[in-house]
Amino acid sequence: MTITARIDMREQNPLEALQQFFAGILKLEDITAILVPQRLPTKNTIMPTLVTDASFLERVDPLAPSFPMNAARIASRLTRKPMGGKVAAVLRPCEIRAFIELVKLKQARREDILLISVDCLGALQNREYSKFAEQNGTESTLRFYKNVIGGNINEMEGVEFATACKACEYPVSENADIQIGLYGMKAGESILVKSQTEAGDHILKKMNLSEINEPPSRQDAIKTLISQRTGYRDEMFVKTREASDNLDKMTAYFSSCVNCYNCRVACPVCYCKECVFVTDVFNHDPYQYLQWATRKGIIKMPTDTLFYHITRLAHMSTACVGCGQCSNACPNDIPLMELFRTIAHKTQKIFEYEAGRSLDEKPPLSEFREDEFKEVVGID
Amino acid sequence: MSDFEPTIVAFFCNWCTYTAADLAGTSRLSYPHNIRIIRVMCTGMVDPQYIIKAFLEGADGVLVSGCRPGDCHYINGNYKARRRIKLLKEILPQFGFDQQRLRLTWIGASDGIHLAEIMRTFAGQIKALGPSQTKLKMVI
Ligand code: SF4
Ligand code: SF4
Ligand code: SF4
Ligand code: FES
Repeated sequence: MTITARIDMREQNPLEALQQFFAGILKLEDITAILVPQRLPTKNTIMPTLVTDASFLERVDPLAPSFPMNAARIASRLTRKPMGGKVAAVLRPCEIRAFIELVKLKQARREDILLISVDCLGALQNREYSKFAEQNGTESTLRFYKNVIGGNINEMEGVEFATACKACEYPVSENADIQIGLYGMKAGESILVKSQTEAGDHILKKMNLSEINEPPSRQDAIKTLISQRTGYRDEMFVKTREASDNLDKMTAYFSSCVNCYNCRVACPVCYCKECVFVTDVFNHDPYQYLQWATRKGIIKMPTDTLFYHITRLAHMSTACVGCGQCSNACPNDIPLMELFRTIAHKTQKIFEYEAGRSLDEKPPLSEFREDEFKEVVGID
Repeated sequence: MSDFEPTIVAFFCNWCTYTAADLAGTSRLSYPHNIRIIRVMCTGMVDPQYIIKAFLEGADGVLVSGCRPGDCHYINGNYKARRRIKLLKEILPQFGFDQQRLRLTWIGASDGIHLAEIMRTFAGQIKALGPSQTKLKMVI
């Protein structure tokens, strides 16, 4: 049985309504702490916070178009061992999908966590966000929410969504325990709350909410959004393929890469504790560089740039959730998400896999079937 | 073009294909000398990284070869290797590598003759494809 309910806003303020709802959850004896994005008091910056006292939820803001990091990593830190309590985590859909990948990689546990997703309104690149939020961040969030839900996107002049968000066809999470719905609800009036698992049911039952039927406008709004996003995504695939389909183009694509490896640090699903590229294996002997240079007369320094990126694709593209944090983290604005998603789309397809879709599907490279891919074996 | 001698890197599993290569050697079967054999314990340990490195360093072809189904000494390394090869055959062509340059075979320990044939065929095919771009150009 699922529970679908409505939370009404006061003074058209969704943030206050969410704050009340989260405080209500935190007060339940089932929940010990809540992980939720908040505006930090010192600066207009949104960061995940772990809260145990409901009076510290005043600055809750999961709607701001700010996505400083993929918090699946944080959720993994909190759940990799029993924490002695249960945490409710308010995450974006792509964070939930990354979290599910981490559970499958045994770097997180699903047991002690209640996943709460808020419909994702999209985000800006990090640098853009601070310009957007200026002095009064909360005001800017309310304006942003109204414009996106009210469909007045064009009123947000000068605001450019991150490419990852423009191409994201999962604005609503289907596998959170509790889904908080914004799309298809009247802007400034109410928010939808829906349980999608038994654990979610259990919590919502205790909250005395006013139950409703999901308004049909909601599924329509979601459908329209997904089809726009998918269209954008497919165009992006075509352009990206065109921009990288031979060695020269790949060299151009990555020519400003300085091997800082920020992209893999920011990536929620690049799973190694210690990436081989930062180990001594890649601290080559000085003589080795000279030898390489001598062979062709020239090498680009630092070396191993393409080696790193192609290897990363081979290691983790089947788990890529398209969150765009790689692009966000690159100091030289290399369109990483575009390339990683383009390849990931193909690699996930051959294994009939979709990153973050379900806990029941094993990561493709950790299993096999005896009677598959016969065409890749043999030479004749 | 005709004097192009391809460089082929071959990852052979210790228990089957490498033994077959040994057998081919002791039986004085000839196979192309431009195949550089790297002995690994199982094809299941060939990280895609090794193959990518070989190509970026200028290998014109890469051959991975291990035990037949059911014979892998680590039970299923060969099946896992097949998924990785499938994966690379999906990724590498996106960047202009011909997927024909990467091959997987399963050759038993007593199949020295078959192995020598396979190596000759593969070398011939790679020769026909011509040198890999990574051999001719700077790779960043
Ligand atoms: S690039 Fe590969 S080795 Fe490095 S962290 Fe990612 S998965 Fe691990
Ligand atoms: S590769 Fe980029 S888009 Fe894909 S999961 Fe990692 S950070 Fe997100
Ligand atoms: S973040 Fe950018 S510069 Fe740094 S390693 Fe990744 S692509 Fe290269
Ligand atoms: S031992 Fe030969 S393929 Fe695994």
